[in-house]
Amino acid sequence: MKSVYLLVCLALLAGCSSMGVEPWERDLLAKDSMQLVPDYFDSFYDDHIYFSKEASSGGKGVGGGGCGCN
Amino acid sequence: MQLKNIKGKVSLATCSLLQMTGTATQAADSDWNVDTAFLYYGESDGRVQAAEPAIHVGHKLNDDDRIDLRLVVDVLTGATPNGAHATSVAQTFTTPSGNGSYTTNAGETPLDSTFHDTRAALGADWTIALDRESKIILGLNVSGEYDYFSLGLSTTYARDFNNRNTTLTAGIAYNNDTINPVGGVPIELDPMVAQGFTLNRRGSSETKTLSDFIIGVTQVIDRKTIMQLNYTYGMTDGYQNDPYKLLSVIDPTTGLPATASAAAAGDLPYVYESRPDSRQRNSLYFNTARTLTEDVIHFSYRYYWDDWGITSHTLDLKYRYELKNSYLQPHLRYYSQDAADFYIHDLKLGSDVDATTGEVISRQYASNDYRLAKSVTTTVGLKYGLPLSKNSEFALRGEYIQQAISNDGVPAGEETPDLGAMVLQLNYSMLW
Repeated sequence: MKSVYLLVCLALLAGCSSMGVEPWERDLLAKDSMQLVPDYFDSFYDDHIYFSKEASSGGKGVGGGGCGCN
Repeated sequence: MQLKNIKGKVSLATCSLLQMTGTATQAADSDWNVDTAFLYYGESDGRVQAAEPAIHVGHKLNDDDRIDLRLVVDVLTGATPNGAHATSVAQTFTTPSGNGSYTTNAGETPLDSTFHDTRAALGADWTIALDRESKIILGLNVSGEYDYFSLGLSTTYARDFNNRNTTLTAGIAYNNDTINPVGGVPIELDPMVAQGFTLNRRGSSETKTLSDFIIGVTQVIDRKTIMQLNYTYGMTDGYQNDPYKLLSVIDPTTGLPATASAAAAGDLPYVYESRPDSRQRNSLYFNTARTLTEDVIHFSYRYYWDDWGITSHTLDLKYRYELKNSYLQPHLRYYSQDAADFYIHDLKLGSDVDATTGEVISRQYASNDYRLAKSVTTTVGLKYGLPLSKNSEFALRGEYIQQAISNDGVPAGEETPDLGAMVLQLNYSMLW
């Protein structure tokens, strides 16, 4: 099972090397609206609200602040 | 020059793993960017209300290095469920300090109305380019509130490959949190006592530590699509109870709160919750953005699991619909979780609690915190964004959150109520 998982990961990484764009094709990707976290405080507030109301948290990154709300 | 700017922007995009970048005003050709926001959060039925002003200032030190600072203040008030459930009789509880009491009417879910707090949180991130393809981000988070203090450090390394179309990220974070519960730290599974009696407490403060690790890959798929996949693993060690949460002790014959026959004077038929002192958390997170002609769609999915028995699925969808000089962005979020292994509606006298001594005999851990229950949360929102000039933008966001708590197997009249909440948010961003 582990070797299958490893093979899948390697295949995905190998696949990555054939994807992508040239530097002059980044016009749309460079837009603010195409950032993976396009709205700084929308994401921040959402994480804070749901952290205090749900049992799951995290996933997007590490290094958030602590809170006594959960 | 234009290419350089675009490269800078894409580099920022790929590092938004860290949640520290990606702000709407983070243009590569400006030295300063400022985001300000105000959030109002209000729950229905007189429960929690919160106001949260916030400011984020980013400063570009040179082409690749930057500093980001964030300050957030939360002002909270209102009432929150204390963990005991509704019954057919009125119920009286002691406030956490022991200096007061409150009574909940028959048929109503007990809410602790002493809940109020002010929290200030400061975050700082320093992005340092190591070379053209790699960078490191050092983070510091400090927050304080009346009964809680948190100090966190983080480091994240990101490296670009494949003509900057692939970014691999690895990060580590450590938090040390201290809680000083009002009235002291309750003794787990010991009873709440009536006002005037000695509280069952075992000290004034407790701590916990959080260690988190992340690895992730961000990939430009084509000119219109970018994707990200993260795996995070976290360990929490130390005090993880909510010191203000209780469980009802019920006489199975009458179905009403009851104390043991030899209970000490002043004991009430409620015990303080008890959670394990370690927790291992995992999540897989997928995030993508795609341009559709002019509009942009954002979609993310998270699968979470931990050794408390909680698994959850989170789906999040945003569609940015471009208008002539502004945009509308509907938002849908769906979240479902299973209950923690130790989540329990109440404890029964006789089987769970010794009917003579009042000692909890059936389990080491128990909580009726609704946040550990099986539940589904749905969110519907709409945002309107209006660029005011080339360098500034105003946005207004409204959301409605509905949280449905599973009441499977719960007797009629004792159900945990659903939660409704409204979110209103104002953003103003500028750069120069």
